[in-house]
Amino acid sequence: MLKDQDRIFQNLYNDLGFDVISSQKRGDWVDTKELTNKGRDWIINEIKESQLRGRGGAGFPTGLKWSFAPKEVGSRPHYLVINADESEPGTCKDRDILRFEPHKLIEGCLIASYAVQAHVCYIYIRGEYFIDGQKLQAAIDEAYEKKLIGKNAAGTGWDLDIYIHYGAGAYICGEETALLESIEGNKGQPRLKPPFPALIGLYGCPTIINNVETIAVVPTILRRGGKWFSSLGREKNTGTKIFCISGNVNNPCNVEEEMSIPLKELIEVHAGGVIGGWDNLQAVIPGGSSMPLIPKQKCETLTMDFDALMAEKSGLGTAGIVVINKDQDIIKCMARIARFYKHESCGQCTPCREGSGWMWRMLERMARGEATKDEIDMLGDVTNQIAGHTICAFGEGSSWPVQGLLRHFKKEIKERNKFDPIVKENKNIPYLVDQHLLDKNA
Amino acid sequence: MSLKRPAKDQPENFEFTPNSLKAAEAIVTNYPKGKQQSAVMALLYIAQRQNNNWIPLAAMKYIAKFLNMPYIKVYEVATFYSMYNLSPVGKYFIQVCTTTPCMIRGANMLVEACKEKISKNESELSNDKKCSWIEVECLGACVNAPMMQINEEYFEDLDKEKTLKILDKILKDEIPKPGSYRGRTSNEPENNRKTLMDLKNA
Repeated sequence: MLKDQDRIFQNLYNDLGFDVISSQKRGDWVDTKELTNKGRDWIINEIKESQLRGRGGAGFPTGLKWSFAPKEVGSRPHYLVINADESEPGTCKDRDILRFEPHKLIEGCLIASYAVQAHVCYIYIRGEYFIDGQKLQAAIDEAYEKKLIGKNAAGTGWDLDIYIHYGAGAYICGEETALLESIEGNKGQPRLKPPFPALIGLYGCPTIINNVETIAVVPTILRRGGKWFSSLGREKNTGTKIFCISGNVNNPCNVEEEMSIPLKELIEVHAGGVIGGWDNLQAVIPGGSSMPLIPKQKCETLTMDFDALMAEKSGLGTAGIVVINKDQDIIKCMARIARFYKHESCGQCTPCREGSGWMWRMLERMARGEATKDEIDMLGDVTNQIAGHTICAFGEGSSWPVQGLLRHFKKEIKERNKFDPIVKENKNIPYLVDQHLLDKNA
Repeated sequence: MSLKRPAKDQPENFEFTPNSLKAAEAIVTNYPKGKQQSAVMALLYIAQRQNNNWIPLAAMKYIAKFLNMPYIKVYEVATFYSMYNLSPVGKYFIQVCTTTPCMIRGANMLVEACKEKISKNESELSNDKKCSWIEVECLGACVNAPMMQINEEYFEDLDKEKTLKILDKILKDEIPKPGSYRGRTSNEPENNRKTLMDLKNA
């Protein structure tokens, strides 16, 4: 288990208070000036050396992303945008940072803004987190009062203004270009990439977009050194991560742990075990709803990091672990996730807009046992026609969980769905019965 | 995609109150000059708060003029995002999360409680017109499942009995205590904390 002094979010459970003075006691804002005095290149190199990967789901190396920002500010100003539109089912880590560690985030904003030469930072918070957003706003006001941000922020000679922008309940706005559209006052429909936001982003200006957790760990990395951070976890999957363990466990919780921690340890030690014991485990969704589920037999030895999960054809995503035990109907669980995606599709690309609805309806039917055997393959076919054929990664996100279900639980679906379309009694369900076959067998 | 339709009975006029106007003008300054359209989401919230939790079409027209942008763009935004209510929802608007992490911990019991106490169908006003409820997608408090949101506050770690009690209070126009209903103040594992031990009760 990770040593307590190596945990970055000391106030994850709000033992110490979230105001600026308690935060300063924990080491925030102590020597921000000295960090920025070492220069942009040092900051970006240190982050590169730490091998920090984005905590928002895609796992893109943060140092590399920052180095994409133009070296000189031209006629267009640079922007830093923080993505706090946390809507992935199973994930609630950013909320705890917003309400309990806001100063880590604000200090991170200052350092990141300095590194990418932005004077304005927008924090995009999902509208449902209004109360937590108010807490962050209070922390921002405190920081302005103490001259930690604003003109000559924290004595660094850099000017920075931070504004909060509330979303309004659209999951898709967690996608970076949809988020930019949303800040610009449009409906949140993703843009085509390239051009990437690092060159043409918010208002057509160079924009760096990072997740809350990514930015909040930056000050600590710089203070303790990129080497310290990369010594945790394993190569290319370094550092600590907040895991959210929800679902059928005895003590659902958020916990900061080292990367590459065994899944079993997270569930058994921190979350108090699966309800009904480990043997009652059915499957685990390892990284928020859009990552394919992993059946029990693989959970025994699985380690939680980007590459290990990729090897299992799943992904770390946001590290929102949803534990599903044998009391649950796995097909129904996935049908509910498909309904989520059907509801949240932005409607821009046809494969996703239509396909997400098809997947939901097919899965609902499979959960009731009304589907035919052919439909199981048809469902797999639909997922393949969505993934990779859309503007943003939502297409993959909506079809991967269904593919995961088909990969690991095909037997269960087949057992439940033995429906034969050429049976007379069923002719009253017109959408299931091929009418001309009926006539032939009449 | 979700379908949203504006209410049939629409008020003819809408105008910001002096307080709303002040808030709106302050928000516009958050964005660069000429990019005032960015404030449309915040302004729709202000209109919604001022107008009993829902946005009439007149308010959209007003905001379009206020921000000097086409009305259809405001309409687009208001219909795209699910948190803007385009028809009356009652003074207390209850949103029950029923996405998988909440579902497997019994969110359907919360829905049942709402059906018993408020109205048979979602988005339907209760008898006294004060309340309505709706099933929503993930509200981002999965560790505290099952949970629901009433107006802006989260109510976490619920079960059917606790929900019934909360709804009783609301129907009596009392405001129940928000937060966890198992006494949690953070997302630490209950009675099973293994980390940051020396800070506990510090």
